[in-house]
Amino acid sequence: MTSKEKSWKEISPAGVCWKPSTEFLTGDWKTYTPVRDLEKCTRCLLCVLFCPDGAIHWKSERGDIEFDYNFCKGCGICANECPTKAIEMKLE
Amino acid sequence: MKNVVKQEVLALNGDEAAAFAAKQSDVDIVAAYPITPQTIIVEKFSEYVANGEVETEFVCTESEHSALTACLAASATGARTFTASASAGLALMHEMLFVTSGCRAPVVMAIANRALSAPLNIHGDHSDTMVERDTGWIQIYVENVQEVYDSIIQAFKIAENPEVLLPVIVGLDGFTLSHSLENVQALPDDIVKKFVGTRQLPLVTTHEGKNAPFRLDPEKPMTMGPVAFPNYYFEFKRQQEEAMRNALKIIQQVNEEYAQITGRTYGNGLLDSYRLEDAEIAIVCLGSTAGTVKTVVDELREEGVKAGLLRIRTFRPLPVEGIVEALRKVKAVAIMDKSMSFGGNGGPVFQEVRHVLYDLPTHPYVVNYIYGLGGRDTSPKQMRKIYEELQRILQTKHVETTINYVGLRE
Repeated sequence: MTSKEKSWKEISPAGVCWKPSTEFLTGDWKTYTPVRDLEKCTRCLLCVLFCPDGAIHWKSERGDIEFDYNFCKGCGICANECPTKAIEMKLE
Repeated sequence: MKNVVKQEVLALNGDEAAAFAAKQSDVDIVAAYPITPQTIIVEKFSEYVANGEVETEFVCTESEHSALTACLAASATGARTFTASASAGLALMHEMLFVTSGCRAPVVMAIANRALSAPLNIHGDHSDTMVERDTGWIQIYVENVQEVYDSIIQAFKIAENPEVLLPVIVGLDGFTLSHSLENVQALPDDIVKKFVGTRQLPLVTTHEGKNAPFRLDPEKPMTMGPVAFPNYYFEFKRQQEEAMRNALKIIQQVNEEYAQITGRTYGNGLLDSYRLEDAEIAIVCLGSTAGTVKTVVDELREEGVKAGLLRIRTFRPLPVEGIVEALRKVKAVAIMDKSMSFGGNGGPVFQEVRHVLYDLPTHPYVVNYIYGLGGRDTSPKQMRKIYEELQRILQTKHVETTINYVGLRE
């Protein structure tokens, strides 16, 4: 434990956060990483809907999707659901 | 006691007294599921709601697990919340008991103490609350219907105190208290409302780095009870322990404040002793059994026997120092347990109270009596026999059996 971590006297009760949960990156939990074949992908956005962690974003300015590897847990649901098999799960 | 308020005598059973006290305490939300012998509490409260006597929102749930979950969620928004259960219902709440105390939600719950299956039994013993002693809830065990009424009112003030912020169980013996009609001195509505007051919310730091009242509010969002990894979980548990220690002080304060308006006290709020000052032999018990024991103490005193009683009113937090002080001069103590800890060294009250006495330079003899399981009747005659056994221990300086069963057919 580092000295930066607070004592029980300093923290708010009930685990009330003093940092937003988005500061706690969880992407390093994954073993497999989704990699997309840009030729096969039709931008149907099914993967965006199916991602249980909200880790695939639709970038409207680029008209494309983006994996957020800071939060992707590598579950592979996107690859399984992709109708054109454009997503491959690669071992890290 | 010059500030004592004029009170009205009402004929109530223990369950009705709990519902009536909750009504007067101006609760915002009641979410509950009926179970014998607590049913009357839920029935009575839903009657208040149906008649428009309260502004409380009554949430009918499909299970006790959901009832407590609804209470926890409501409490987290800053609402005053009440529920009630017993036996299997409380057992079904088990998971949420930890979540409620961990989220520091000051929910008040009346428990009409009842045995657990199997075999199926609807009658009173302490098996249901004793297994929940380590869930982080304050536990108050009451002696009579008057104390049910008084303790529910006090419980809101204790639970919601910013130094405490812990949920409270008020345990009333199933049927013995829940279904027994007694005369109850009841305060006027406005006096109770004023005594309990509005819920105080301490300020906490949010994820935006701002101080905000400790409640769920869409305008000032915060998360309660999120994931805590091994580097923080322990700290939150230590905070809960500190809150329990604070509760020892706050319970006494509330007991005194309540005495100012009602003229009634229950010892110091934590422990209620009876003719214990010069006692040589004593019984330690919880709940309604104290009434039976007091009768026997009076009889024995008339016969010149120095007998006394220590009633533990709050089992959580356990008033360690008070127990040591109360029992240090007693020579032989019988500790009553209305539940079993199978395979353990006696019942839970015995284990804890005997352990508290360990640091004394000289110990009294301490024996355990397990009694009243599944509503088995507890008579003055049985209590008298226990005092006689304590006298025999003192005369012979020998304990025959440490763990004993009262009224059990051998």
